[in-house]
Amino acid sequence: MPTLIRMPALSPTMTEGTLARWLKNEGDGVEPGDVIAEIETDKATMEVEAVDEGTLGKILVADGTEGVAVNSVIAVLVGEGEDPQSVEAATAELGDTAAPKPSSTPQPSAEKPAPPGETPAQAPSPPPAPVPEPAAPAPPSPPGNRVSASPLARRMAAQAGLELASIRGSGPHGRIVKADIDRALQMGGAPVTDEAEAAPERIELTNVRKVIATRLLEAKQTIPHFYLETDAEAGALLDLRRRINADLEREQRVTVNDLVVKAAAMALRRVPEVNSAWGGDHIVRHRAVHVAVAVAVDDGLFTPVVRNTDRKGVREIAGEIRSLVQKTRAGKLMPEEYQGGTFSVSNLGMYGIGAFAAVINPPQGGILAVGAAAERPVVRDGVIAAAPVMTLTLSGDHRVIDGAVGARWLAELRQLIEFPALMLA
Amino acid sequence: MARTEYDLAVIGGGPGGYVAAIRAAQLGMRAVVVEREHLGGICLNWGCIPTKALLRSSELRHLLAEVDVHGLSVGRVSVDVEKLVARSRTVASQLTRGVAHLLKKHKVDVIEGTGSLAGDGRIRVMQDGKDEMLLSAAHTVVATGARARALPGIEPDGKGIWTYREALLPDAVPKRLLVIGSGAIGMEFASFFHDLGSEVTVVEVQDRILPNEDAEISVFAEKTFAAQGMRLLTNSTVRSVRSRGRALAVTVELPDQTSDTLSVSKVILAVGITGNVEGIGLEEAGVKVDRGHISTDPMGGTGVPGIHAIGDVTGPPWLAHKASHEGIACVEGIAGMEPHAPDTSRIPACTYCRPQVASIGLTEAGAVAAGHEVKVGRFPFLGNGKAIALGEPEGLVKTVFDAGTGELLGAHMIGAEVTELIQGFAIARTMEATEIDLMHTVFPHPTLSEMMHESTLQAFGRAIHI
Repeated sequence: MPTLIRMPALSPTMTEGTLARWLKNEGDGVEPGDVIAEIETDKATMEVEAVDEGTLGKILVADGTEGVAVNSVIAVLVGEGEDPQSVEAATAELGDTAAPKPSSTPQPSAEKPAPPGETPAQAPSPPPAPVPEPAAPAPPSPPGNRVSASPLARRMAAQAGLELASIRGSGPHGRIVKADIDRALQMGGAPVTDEAEAAPERIELTNVRKVIATRLLEAKQTIPHFYLETDAEAGALLDLRRRINADLEREQRVTVNDLVVKAAAMALRRVPEVNSAWGGDHIVRHRAVHVAVAVAVDDGLFTPVVRNTDRKGVREIAGEIRSLVQKTRAGKLMPEEYQGGTFSVSNLGMYGIGAFAAVINPPQGGILAVGAAAERPVVRDGVIAAAPVMTLTLSGDHRVIDGAVGARWLAELRQLIEFPALMLA
Repeated sequence: MARTEYDLAVIGGGPGGYVAAIRAAQLGMRAVVVEREHLGGICLNWGCIPTKALLRSSELRHLLAEVDVHGLSVGRVSVDVEKLVARSRTVASQLTRGVAHLLKKHKVDVIEGTGSLAGDGRIRVMQDGKDEMLLSAAHTVVATGARARALPGIEPDGKGIWTYREALLPDAVPKRLLVIGSGAIGMEFASFFHDLGSEVTVVEVQDRILPNEDAEISVFAEKTFAAQGMRLLTNSTVRSVRSRGRALAVTVELPDQTSDTLSVSKVILAVGITGNVEGIGLEEAGVKVDRGHISTDPMGGTGVPGIHAIGDVTGPPWLAHKASHEGIACVEGIAGMEPHAPDTSRIPACTYCRPQVASIGLTEAGAVAAGHEVKVGRFPFLGNGKAIALGEPEGLVKTVFDAGTGELLGAHMIGAEVTELIQGFAIARTMEATEIDLMHTVFPHPTLSEMMHESTLQAFGRAIHI
């Protein structure tokens, strides 16, 4: 009986993903642990490892297919000595069964049976209905993250609240066994190594972390960054904010960042060369201004997008950003809410950072780093006075934006911040 | 034999020694076994194997007495002791030849003679009391085994007072037999001779027979053997054995301080064993010997560089499979691997009396004493279809779990074929299974093994067939 390879769920909330590409061709031999395909979810790209050995008999979902429902069959693996014809039988069977046959071997990463009524899609467009959340509290770890531990060690660790990944296994093939848990408990739950005190902690990567690592490395390695910095007096902006907020409920109030985002969007409208991206053999000049806002979460960074930012009022922008931040922190951001940005704004002013340079968020062409609006000495009419000043730093993709263009944009932004009324002009 | 230099020399070719040598050869070492008598040691020649051959004969004898219920009839069954013993010797020698073949196949040299440590990595081999040769080896593994322990004043004489050795070579079935000691060896011989028609009395100094087993198993065994007609004197001590004509007068001190004198034809001494630590140069080499056994670390190290010890000579449990595992671990350690020392709580113990007894891990009392809160499961043979079909409705499978973690702490079984079942629990112990894993395991129906499942279920209030 050929083995059906199903679209794995890489996270508990994943309902569908993109089959980015196959790393094996039909007819290729496959060993357990071989990476056979790459799957992209809304948050990550993950490798799909083979669980069984055999020959990749048939690929049912082609490279680059988006919206492939979790658990739908993406390929068929034939065992040694099995007739490749049996692939036809297996795939034919898919057509006339709603529920998986018990005799078929589901991939461990897809333990949820397909819900009744769902026919595993061969051509997954339009995307099938989302698969319901699994009832099991703990979904199986994706391949590669599995910690080898004895059943007893697993249960003891769970009872003691120990993280298995932090414990060194002394059993066969590094398996974590009871003795390791006992030792960990004796040491107050610290990771068990001979130099337990000194040894660095190993933190397994989350999908989010993997994406951040991949994207930022790609950005820094492939985008020729350049940086322009200017100071803008923020007194007028702060006054405006006070006026706007004077009559607003606390939860409706506008932040300095909301105003900067609005100003940046206006500047992008006025200097559209910065609202551009590198297209390999061309430059993509965006007609719409969609500003992405960097939002820190416990373990990473998201950049939800305020669409058509230049056309929205500050209060509308403030409301959207507030809602996007809440969704981000709750892990409920939808792909359309963080995709399609044309430029980013990152603000660390609230942490007291004066100035910094941000890494461009591909495939965008620029990012603005905003520092704190703090009282600094300024010279007015030859006299030194104190005034709130913020440092604005533009990181630009030099393939798209030249220094002079960037400078023009930054000057525009500075104008808009120092004289916010110009946003009306 | 030209070669005298080796990577590893093993003194003693029993189940510890020959296995260690083969493992060494597998790891590329040049190995030699020095054996004074028979390859395979006591196990193959005077222990495990020939006793199993004999017990098969006595079991058949027992079964033949029961064939009527199956609608079968046989003529009068007589016992030809000479033939029965000859069969057990054939079995033993067949396996001994097998060991010789295995060693040859692995290019392990075998030298006949008595080996002893001669210092500086040298091993003296004596034959017929004469120095024969001097070997040298980077590592020496002492695997000299053990022998029956004697009781003061009750010395085996090979005539009326036997050890296992004479008991394996009877020329007749003793009419009345007294067995001193109710451990595995004592109970196997008691059961064997009882099934061949001896009137058997077992004297045990402790308060129950099979005192190493779970108390419930001991009670079950005691009732079963008593029902078979065996006399079991627990809390009792043999004070003297005196010749009285062709018989032996045995004085036994009973629990109520009174004495009883029994007239028996043979006495089997089975009061434990003691290591073969004499005459092999241990003292001169600086190897520590404590109460008849070599003291070692878990990997067989003696504290003296280059000298290791494994198996019975290092102390209890005196089991062939323990010796083999120790031999492998010791050699792998010498080879620089990182083997795991055998964990005695994962070594099963089997006694092949009728009914058989098999166990692993902690007894219920032992688990409680070790501080565990326990859940105990019991399943009787009476509830098992295969047992009923076999006509073996007497027995018990008892399991002991930690109430908190679900760890299988121990398993204790008595009844038909339990020695073949215990490995299932041994795997469970080694894999660190919890009750869930055992519950999820599918045991085939109809088999005796289903009782292992039911006993587990029963410990958690979920047994189906009880």
